[in-house]
Amino acid sequence: MGYKAKFRIWRGEGGEGRLEDFTVEVNEGEVVLDVIHRLQATQAPDLAVRWNCKAGKCGSCSMEINGRPRLGCMTRMSTFEETETITVTPMRTFPVIKDLVTDVSFNYQKAREIPSFTPPSDVKPGEYRMQQVDVERSQEFRKCIECFMCQNVCHVIRDHEENKQAFAGPRFLMRIAELDMHPYDVLERKESAQEDHGLGYCNITKCCTEVCPEHIKITDNALIPMKERVVDRKYDPLVWLGSKIFKRSS
Amino acid sequence: MTQTTAESPVRKQRAQLRVRTLRTDRWWLAPALTFAGLMSFLIYGFWAIFDKSYFVDPYIAPFSSPCLATSCPPGARFLGLAPFGDWYGLPPGLLILGLPGGFRLTCYYYRKSYYRSFWLSPPACAVAEPHGKYTGESRLPLILQNIHRYFFYGALVIGAILTYDAILALVHKPGGLGTWILIANAVLIMTYTLSCHSCRHITAGRLNHFSRHPLRYRAWTFVSKLNAKHQPLAWASMFSVMIADLYVRLVAKGVITFPFA
Repeated sequence: MGYKAKFRIWRGEGGEGRLEDFTVEVNEGEVVLDVIHRLQATQAPDLAVRWNCKAGKCGSCSMEINGRPRLGCMTRMSTFEETETITVTPMRTFPVIKDLVTDVSFNYQKAREIPSFTPPSDVKPGEYRMQQVDVERSQEFRKCIECFMCQNVCHVIRDHEENKQAFAGPRFLMRIAELDMHPYDVLERKESAQEDHGLGYCNITKCCTEVCPEHIKITDNALIPMKERVVDRKYDPLVWLGSKIFKRSS
Repeated sequence: MTQTTAESPVRKQRAQLRVRTLRTDRWWLAPALTFAGLMSFLIYGFWAIFDKSYFVDPYIAPFSSPCLATSCPPGARFLGLAPFGDWYGLPPGLLILGLPGGFRLTCYYYRKSYYRSFWLSPPACAVAEPHGKYTGESRLPLILQNIHRYFFYGALVIGAILTYDAILALVHKPGGLGTWILIANAVLIMTYTLSCHSCRHITAGRLNHFSRHPLRYRAWTFVSKLNAKHQPLAWASMFSVMIADLYVRLVAKGVITFPFA
């Protein structure tokens, strides 16, 4: 059965704007993005929202619904009370272009700063031979749809704009972990994860994991293992001594 | 809702929402409960360290084990030894407090819990923290959290000693309720210790070629399964050690006197 829902939606360009109230029809089975599309069709044709697949796989419709980072297409209206006012705002960590659309180019910049996969010079493409157990750990990280909600929710940059220079954010620290765990990647990434990409800023409060729509265990499987690898490299005298005595490369 | 501080020029490009959060759920409940839980552990631990009723044959309270000073009753001394001699006059629990205490203090789960509940950094996801600056664990003093693995080695030793205490109690008083409380505590302490992220890294997490180290890979797989339960194990073992410790002290004080105590 349909009902009329109350919405408060952020409207504005750049940083300036305000929350505008709407009352809009909702039908059974709909998600928040469906309701925003109905608003565009009936009341606010200039309302800007980024979307694409409507299936939780493209990562385009990231927004904040009642203050929580969510995908608009994966947030069912049935999870709200019919009398509840639903507040929809753009992602708070990134500059607003218009209404619910943010400029996420910060993330592309951070992606470019990570050196790409670097195989040994004596192994040619087509000669890679890997066991499934060697690669399945990092395959979890390949599920990332780059919705950037982990970047958005991370308090290191959400609450401290000044840290954006030094901190790559969970999505890209996970990318570094993925490459560092790869059996054929030979680039030294531990030192640079700490020094150049700000791994030390992470205080493992797990918000990135909480908001990930792909349920990737970002903190437990990428960030903490990467922190432990950095400890091997920089802070553990026994591992350092062992690597010298046994000539073991980490 | 509180007002945020003045916005910087760069930040002005963000949506100018002047509230700390727009969350409508009870986001404050989890940090409040965590704060209460951790505070209860700290207050109890402070009292227990200075309480002298820590031994009643064959039970020794976990907060005071191993007992390593001459001031410990002969039956309470670990393997009958008293390496700290008579010069040590402080409570015996203080001697070993640093190992399990440091292990929990630097534990990846407890870090999350006290950063959220004590330091509010952040109090909950998408709720603004109150601090003007943030450098996390990138410099002193929090960079010292990186020594967690050394506390893990120490906690393994303490876990083994608590297991030994439980086995001694089982040998001397198999039908005692205290024996089974100590056994349950030892099991929870050991599983919490082995579920540690550093343990996971040490078993095989640091390797890139699991296939070349099948035994270590199996150990890593086992620890990974435990690691997924690290948070509940942290809480369960924290309460179990408090309950076991309090039980032994109540028996030692004569408060609990029933035949199977």
